[in-house]
Amino acid sequence: MIPNVSGCTYALPMSSENAVEAHGLVKNFKETKALRGVDFAVPRGTVLGVLGPNGAGKTTAVRILATLLRPDAGHAMVAGFDVAKHPSEVRKRVGLTGQYASIDEELTGRENLIMIGSLLNMTGTNAKARAKELLEWFDLTEAADRMAKTYSGGMRRRLDLAASLTGHPEIVFLDEPTTGLDPAKREDMWDVVRDIVARGTSVLLTTQYLEEADALADDIVVINHGEVIAHDTAENLKRVVGSQTLRVRPSDPADAAAVSVILSEVSAGAAVDQPRKGELAVPVVGDKALTSVVKKLATQKISVTELSLMLPSLDEVFFNLTGERQKPELTPEEELSA
Amino acid sequence: MSATAVTHDLAAVKHGPFDVIRHSWVLAKRSLVKTWRTPEGLIDVTLSPIMFTLLFTFIFGGAIANSPGQYLVFLLPGIIGQNIAFASVGIGIQLNADMEKGIFDRFRALPISRIAPLLGAALGDIVRYVLLFGIMLATGYALGYRITTTPVHVLGALLLIIVFALSLAWAPMLVGLLARSQRAVQGIVFMTLFPLTFASNAFVPTETMPAWLASFAEANPLSHLINAIRALLTETGPWQGPVVATLIWSAVFVVIFAPLAIRTYNRKS
Ligand SMILES: Nc1ncnc2c1ncn2[C@@H]1O[C@H](COP(=O)(O)OP(=O)(O)OP(=O)(O)O)[C@@H](O)[C@H]1O
Ligand SMILES: [Mg+2]
Repeated sequence: MIPNVSGCTYALPMSSENAVEAHGLVKNFKETKALRGVDFAVPRGTVLGVLGPNGAGKTTAVRILATLLRPDAGHAMVAGFDVAKHPSEVRKRVGLTGQYASIDEELTGRENLIMIGSLLNMTGTNAKARAKELLEWFDLTEAADRMAKTYSGGMRRRLDLAASLTGHPEIVFLDEPTTGLDPAKREDMWDVVRDIVARGTSVLLTTQYLEEADALADDIVVINHGEVIAHDTAENLKRVVGSQTLRVRPSDPADAAAVSVILSEVSAGAAVDQPRKGELAVPVVGDKALTSVVKKLATQKISVTELSLMLPSLDEVFFNLTGERQKPELTPEEELSA
Repeated sequence: MSATAVTHDLAAVKHGPFDVIRHSWVLAKRSLVKTWRTPEGLIDVTLSPIMFTLLFTFIFGGAIANSPGQYLVFLLPGIIGQNIAFASVGIGIQLNADMEKGIFDRFRALPISRIAPLLGAALGDIVRYVLLFGIMLATGYALGYRITTTPVHVLGALLLIIVFALSLAWAPMLVGLLARSQRAVQGIVFMTLFPLTFASNAFVPTETMPAWLASFAEANPLSHLINAIRALLTETGPWQGPVVATLIWSAVFVVIFAPLAIRTYNRKS
């Protein structure tokens, strides 16, 4: 059963109403257990956000769903077809934008898209028209006739996404579509995703940012070490992890205890956390928390150097869901000495 | 990014029995475009066989035959065979580069036959073999080599070379799919090809070799190809035998290496 954060029963609806269904997916790479029995579903026409840190198994799950990898156990239905039994039916209906761009760098952007169109059995004219349309949509018209190896990271991402949309797929998989993009480009990418969804396409996207999942996804699956640790709507998930996190850094570290008391009074339920030395954070709900904290700080004459309200980071999400801090990944030196 | 609505809906994608051919052709065109953009990638089928021809003709010609001119008649088909074999490393390197760059993931996620990318790469290479053949005949002509047969024989030789090269190509393709770097592909393929090209009848008649080596060299598939080219260009003997032997060897290469390469490609994750 999927751990459920909202308290209400959240049965996975398994039917043809789902664009994607994963049932107990397991995948091991030698000793590494990349997936340990993952279940989730993407209802047709919706966006599922798969949220997880580095190495959680996001890419592995996406590659299984896109028929690039076979699961060791479990099965998956995509667009109504079993990925193991009818991979080519699945391939006809999905578009994959992998974590790293899958484009031919020695061809121009336009040639890349025409090639994909031709491989999808479009006529020459249609493939060219579709390429033109996509290049315009993704703001690549000016660079269209330059070799893709001259493109910036953001342009490659866009070309890669355009390539996966060439055949009007019913379902699109986006593996960390905005990692490495600057904030403005990230917003642009979000708009593109919303456009795709507005056309009725179902989307499964992976991300390391709650903010992104919140901005785009209807439902969110949180995975860690190959396991689903939460599966809920964005709303419910935020109710538990706090829709926002209030952070305070008192000027005098000695005030920390007093600040902690103030913060616990506005907390949405979870304990006050110390994400960094000298900084206190707590998840909050509603729009009164900030003003009330500021008022109390003023009354007690506590001065602060930093005060911010933002969506919780992935780290805080995990802390609030599991009560455990994520172990930071070992640096190579630490690994050597360990 | 402007969000222009994508208006015209394209006809649903149709799939038919000729898809493999069509898709292979699309991917062959991809190879051709790249070849056209980076002509320096053609050195192995243009300048290097010319260099081999000149070096061998003038260094060994006097010693092996009585004169460079006589040796050239023997040598030229040998150089063609040797360089056809050498040229096949290119396809292994190309496939390896494709896998590293991730473009293969794109192909593998598309509803196309899994052999189309391999066939496409091989078909795209035909241009290289034709070029090699033409350059060698021109170089030979400049040095005094004269074809004594009809244009049909010459065309036959070219077709045989292409069939042989495309069949042999499955072996470097397999290496390209298995090796972990392009450097490794190069090393493995050349390590196999050097003994194969030199322990053949390409440069010296097999009679001059010790018995054990001579029997290897006579069975060597390259020797059959080279004998066939000699017979088809300068009537050194009947061409039927060597042509059939070459075709049998080609079939053997395909039967062994094509399934292995396709299976490896399918299993790649
Ligand atoms: N081909 C492979 N061979 C060996 N181990 C692998 C392979 N692919 C993934 N892994 C391992 O499986 C685990 C999950 O990897 P995966 O790429 O799915 O994580 P991820 O959630 O996509 O991470 P990231 O956010 O860094 O992209 C990791 O420990 C990774 O090292
Ligand atoms: Mg990943």
